[in-house]
Amino acid sequence: MTKNIMIVGVGGQGTLLTSRILGGIATAGGYDVKLSEVHGMAQRGGSVVTFVRYGEEVAEPIVEEGQADVLIAFERLEALRYIQFLKPQGVIVVNDERIDPITVVTGAAEYPEGILDTLKEGHTVYSVEAGKKALELGNSRTFNVIVLGVAAKHMDFAKEQWLEVIEKTVPPKTVELNKKAFLLGYEM
Amino acid sequence: MSEKKIMLGNEAYARGAWEAGVKVSAAYPGTPSTEISENLAKYSEVYAEWSPNEKVAAEVAIGASISGVRALASMKHVGLNVAADPLYTAAYTGVGGGLVLIVADDPGMYSSQNEQDTRMIGHAANVPVLEPSDSQEAKDFVKLAYDISEKYDTPVIVRSTTRLSHSQGVVTLEERVVPEDKPYERNPAKYVMMPGNAKGRHLVVEARMKKLSEDASSLPFNRAEYRDLSVGFITSGIPYQYVKEAMPNASVLKLGMVHPLPRKLIEEFASKVDELYIFEELEPVFEEQIKSWGIKAQGKEIFTLQGEYSANLIRTRVLGETIKAAEPAKVPARPPILCPGCPHRSVYSVLNRLKIHAAGDIGCYTLGAVAPLNVVDTTICMGASISSLHGMEKAKGREYIKNWVAVIGDSTFLHTGINSLMNMVYNKSAGTVMILDNSTTGMTGHQDHAATGKTLKGETTYAISLYHLCKAMGIEHVYEVNAFDIDALAEIVKRETARDQVSVIITKSPCVLLKGVTFENKCREVSDKCKKCGQCLKPGCPALTKNADGTIKINAAMCNGCGLCRKLCKFDAIEEVKA
Repeated sequence: MTKNIMIVGVGGQGTLLTSRILGGIATAGGYDVKLSEVHGMAQRGGSVVTFVRYGEEVAEPIVEEGQADVLIAFERLEALRYIQFLKPQGVIVVNDERIDPITVVTGAAEYPEGILDTLKEGHTVYSVEAGKKALELGNSRTFNVIVLGVAAKHMDFAKEQWLEVIEKTVPPKTVELNKKAFLLGYEM
Repeated sequence: MSEKKIMLGNEAYARGAWEAGVKVSAAYPGTPSTEISENLAKYSEVYAEWSPNEKVAAEVAIGASISGVRALASMKHVGLNVAADPLYTAAYTGVGGGLVLIVADDPGMYSSQNEQDTRMIGHAANVPVLEPSDSQEAKDFVKLAYDISEKYDTPVIVRSTTRLSHSQGVVTLEERVVPEDKPYERNPAKYVMMPGNAKGRHLVVEARMKKLSEDASSLPFNRAEYRDLSVGFITSGIPYQYVKEAMPNASVLKLGMVHPLPRKLIEEFASKVDELYIFEELEPVFEEQIKSWGIKAQGKEIFTLQGEYSANLIRTRVLGETIKAAEPAKVPARPPILCPGCPHRSVYSVLNRLKIHAAGDIGCYTLGAVAPLNVVDTTICMGASISSLHGMEKAKGREYIKNWVAVIGDSTFLHTGINSLMNMVYNKSAGTVMILDNSTTGMTGHQDHAATGKTLKGETTYAISLYHLCKAMGIEHVYEVNAFDIDALAEIVKRETARDQVSVIITKSPCVLLKGVTFENKCREVSDKCKKCGQCLKPGCPALTKNADGTIKINAAMCNGCGLCRKLCKFDAIEEVKA
């Protein structure tokens, strides 16, 4: 059975690194894997989505409406934007952080209130204030790996496997920091 | 066991070129094709360069091919328009060493100004087109393309799409095999395309395409997969994966060569299946040809001409299923925006204040078209800002464009803007051209160009001076100004737009995302001084938000410290702090 994972967020939040770790763990687990990413214009502060699919044999590289097992969101509004992609029993892991889109900044639209409650209607939601935790760890940029750590608990790979893949995927200088960030999320 | 690796489609194309023994590669960056060249540049055995535009890149590859080695040019779909001139005639000359163009289309327009279909250009130019459907095939088809190129003496296009170029999949790696260089022999009848020779070559082109059409039915990468014969699909590329996902038991004719089409194979497949669907993104290239042979099939009448396809499209349109999914939530849009600290924002805040219209161009700065900046009025293609401003001046006179400028980036100016500026000088235009020089090709992810002093391989080289280039064209009024010096910039813009001559303003401030670019300080709000006037919010920096009481708040993690908001505040309600 193919597992469908989506990583959504705001361009520049590091969805590519996270999806590459996910790709690595699926390969380490002996699965066929496909990832689909967004580059170019949409990366400039826009809404971005990355798909990861793994299983015996994976054909299409994208996850479609009603198919995601796990939705990893680096920002609240982005979780809500892609809610229709989840399976009925799908899990949401969301970074409890607000980044106003330009449409909100200019007053053309309002940032929805109570997003977490909306998400919880009919879905299992794990939220984490990863930005705050990352600052406590001493590097605000590690928030995405903390969120991944939370999500990892709900997937079928061993902790040691994750740490091995992180070591192989992130820049050498940041291995220890990223491992710490991952464990912080994993053990939460 | 041979090594396997997860590879981005574009990385796999590069690997395929390397394995095929390519010695020369040239490209101009363009999403979704950029990483092909970037990855190929990592192989020490391959000469790889950024050329100023795709026409130059294609010609570099053609020259390398004539000299006897395997050569590559890669580009996005609209880049092939720029390279169309050499391509159409390279089809006549044929090749020495194998010649391949990898061209990446963008169905869904993730990062493009149109949705054109490269298969149609292959058709028009009489050049065979291959289309892989995953990373493994991306690598394999590049190698096949070189074999076809040399066997049939023709350039070959490998067509990609965003979804393939930017998806990752497992690839089995092989060794690099470099064929012997083809010996060079002077052959004007083949390589000098003047009318007398070209007439002969046109016959060669038609004969070659006829032969390829006949051979296509037995080429192994045009593959009929017979399963349930009640439904059959003719498809290629990424859409093939959607068919496999939605209807794994259906029969499929998977086309690896999408021009010319294997007529015999298609007729045979059509005769064996009851219900035939043609499943192709963008233009009905297969459909029109196949239907012209009297074959009954369904295509664009149930699918679509626009955007990307999906497995759900088959589930709903062919199987009549309803997709079970939550209703999409009503959420505010999050369009792409200029980054915090982007020098373009500073320039546009000045132009907005002066109520200037801009004829725009292709790059990050195209985002100056949207609220709250609202400065850019037009964007057509690379280089069109300058020439379209000139067109307005000729249509309506110089008074009419005194509240207009052309805005163009440094890389885009060198791509094709330079011709347009020559035209303004030559044809006695008036008008102000602003080159937003951020020292890189920004939108595609920071590629070097002829004015940055670095090559694709990372070597130091001569950096062409935009200032002296403009001066050398005979333009008297060329000025350089820091994009963040908004007072000086406003003065210069007012003065130059009033002038009855061509003038050039070069705003020089590097892209804030470039390595080594940092501001010493960050900005921080001083809430008790804030008068809630909203001036600082006008340029739309994403690091600034409004509190419930109307005062502003600066997100310290996002602020890059450019100081634009501080300069716009009249009440000292924004201060500098050490970053």
